[in-house]
Amino acid sequence: MGAQSISAILISRLLQGILVVFLVVSIVFLVSRLARNPVEYLTTDETTAEEKELLKEQLGLSGPIGIQYVNFLIDAVQLDLGNSFISARPALSEVGSRASKTLQLGAAALVFSMVLGIPLGIIAALRRASPTDWLARLLAVLGQATPNFWLGLMLIFFFSVQLDLMPTGGSGGVEHIVLPTITLGLLSSAVSMRLTRSGMIDVMNTDFVRTARAKGLRESTIIWRHALRHALLPVATILGIQVGYLIAGTIIVEQVFAWPGIGRLMLHTITVGDFPVLIAAILVISTSIVVANILVDISYPIIDPRIRAGAR
Amino acid sequence: MSTQVAAPAAETILRSFRIGVSWQRLLLLSPALIILGVFLVAGIFADLLSAYDPEEIVLIRRLTPPVVQEGGSWAHPLGTDNLGRDILSRVMYGARVSLLVVVTCIPASALIGTLIGLLAGWRVGWWDRLLMRLVDMQLALPALLFALLISVVFGRSLLNVIVIIIIFSWSGYARLVRADVLSLREQEFVVAARASGATDRRILFRHVLPNIVNTIVIMATLDVPAVILIEAALSFLNIGVAPGTPSWGAMISEGRNFMTIAWWPIWMPGIAILLVSLTGNLMGDWLRDTLDPRLRNVR
Repeated sequence: MGAQSISAILISRLLQGILVVFLVVSIVFLVSRLARNPVEYLTTDETTAEEKELLKEQLGLSGPIGIQYVNFLIDAVQLDLGNSFISARPALSEVGSRASKTLQLGAAALVFSMVLGIPLGIIAALRRASPTDWLARLLAVLGQATPNFWLGLMLIFFFSVQLDLMPTGGSGGVEHIVLPTITLGLLSSAVSMRLTRSGMIDVMNTDFVRTARAKGLRESTIIWRHALRHALLPVATILGIQVGYLIAGTIIVEQVFAWPGIGRLMLHTITVGDFPVLIAAILVISTSIVVANILVDISYPIIDPRIRAGAR
Repeated sequence: MSTQVAAPAAETILRSFRIGVSWQRLLLLSPALIILGVFLVAGIFADLLSAYDPEEIVLIRRLTPPVVQEGGSWAHPLGTDNLGRDILSRVMYGARVSLLVVVTCIPASALIGTLIGLLAGWRVGWWDRLLMRLVDMQLALPALLFALLISVVFGRSLLNVIVIIIIFSWSGYARLVRADVLSLREQEFVVAARASGATDRRILFRHVLPNIVNTIVIMATLDVPAVILIEAALSFLNIGVAPGTPSWGAMISEGRNFMTIAWWPIWMPGIAILLVSLTGNLMGDWLRDTLDPRLRNVR
């Protein structure tokens, strides 16, 4: 497999990715327009019908939905997603600052989960039924079983309310991100640990590892050069899914800890009917998930030479 | 189609049980089975077992502590919530909600995901691309957000929750199965089967599927807690079941506001979720160790 075929895959995956983002944004546009008339959110009972019509006109909400959709697409291609109904600022810039907050939290959680999960999984697999293995499995099982919103509330209950060590929510210094990171990352670390462990156990029983042992290779060479890349294949698969989980998770965790990220913004836009900002937020989120999945797909042939994508 | 998928799966499970599940290994599972049993009985017979109407509001007895704390009584063993509703009854009815979600969502999404994953991994061409973009689409649109949109358009109900969960959980199976098929299709026994002229259907269901059934069964078992957690999360965010319905997530959401003065309204449903999802995870582990013959040799 040369570099060329990887770049060919990359280009076709990018095109497909653009299609996916287009479909997602379209669905959200149509569903949100069907949901409720945003004018109803912005006016009171005392607003006259004429004023409502004028407002509709100004916000680009008049006319048949098909025409609205076409206009939206023409603007969207030029990265103009309209202005916020509430603040009148461009929707994308409203999302920008919030997105960086979510990125901080998501990145912290991903690093936390990988650093905790993968080494623990390897150790647990290599020393099966040892105390380390039992501890790792206990942690993993607990981490996977605890609902993140409940975990977040419990952490607040103990560390903020009882011990007064951490802030209950909001953002600011480093101390604000600690509890949300643990809340968001624990589940992912449990998943990575389980997959690494089970992948590693499978690989250590294969013929090629036995051959490597028979050849007299050092155990560390066997593990690092031969076994690990096989064991990490399912981890790589799940990594793409985990980015999705993490983003879904931030919606909850941001809500629990009042973290001013994109998830909280989206929940807010839906309740006040600020659809341009909602669509901009979805565009940002779906693009990042698609990119993450493309990266995972490209990593398959690199990790597992047996896979020849596109070869029949 | 469905029976062909189910047959080898059931066969594999039965075979591994016949081969050598010792009493010791079953015993290992007994704590999980007991919790599962309690959960099932509570969920199925909630209306017979609970002493109170779970939605009956009695303000005079609001925030009664559980029996373990001073001021509590056996009248309300787990205490009452901020509207004076009996928490034990609500937890039992909550089990019913979770149970309904599990028995509907998991078979449906496992079946859909497996079929799509098999097809995508096997027919590498445009089929694969089309199906995988469908998977990507779902991954790119966070389920919670979609659920939020759905709840705004169609309102909040258990049925909507179930539909949303199915729409969003089949893709996990599809991805996993596809990855396995991609790896298996290059292996000798599959190549040999193809060379000997077996039809695609026969190869997929006779040769490929039995090799990934374990993955599917383990994933489905692990999906039990996952699905329960999704329902709870949706209800926690007030976009799940209809208001007033005793769902564990909704109970935690309501109890949250009184967290500093009363711990039990969020602890009790939280512990219920924790126990049930622990059970699901333990059973997944156990199944994995039991179903994988290679591991049994090592032991």
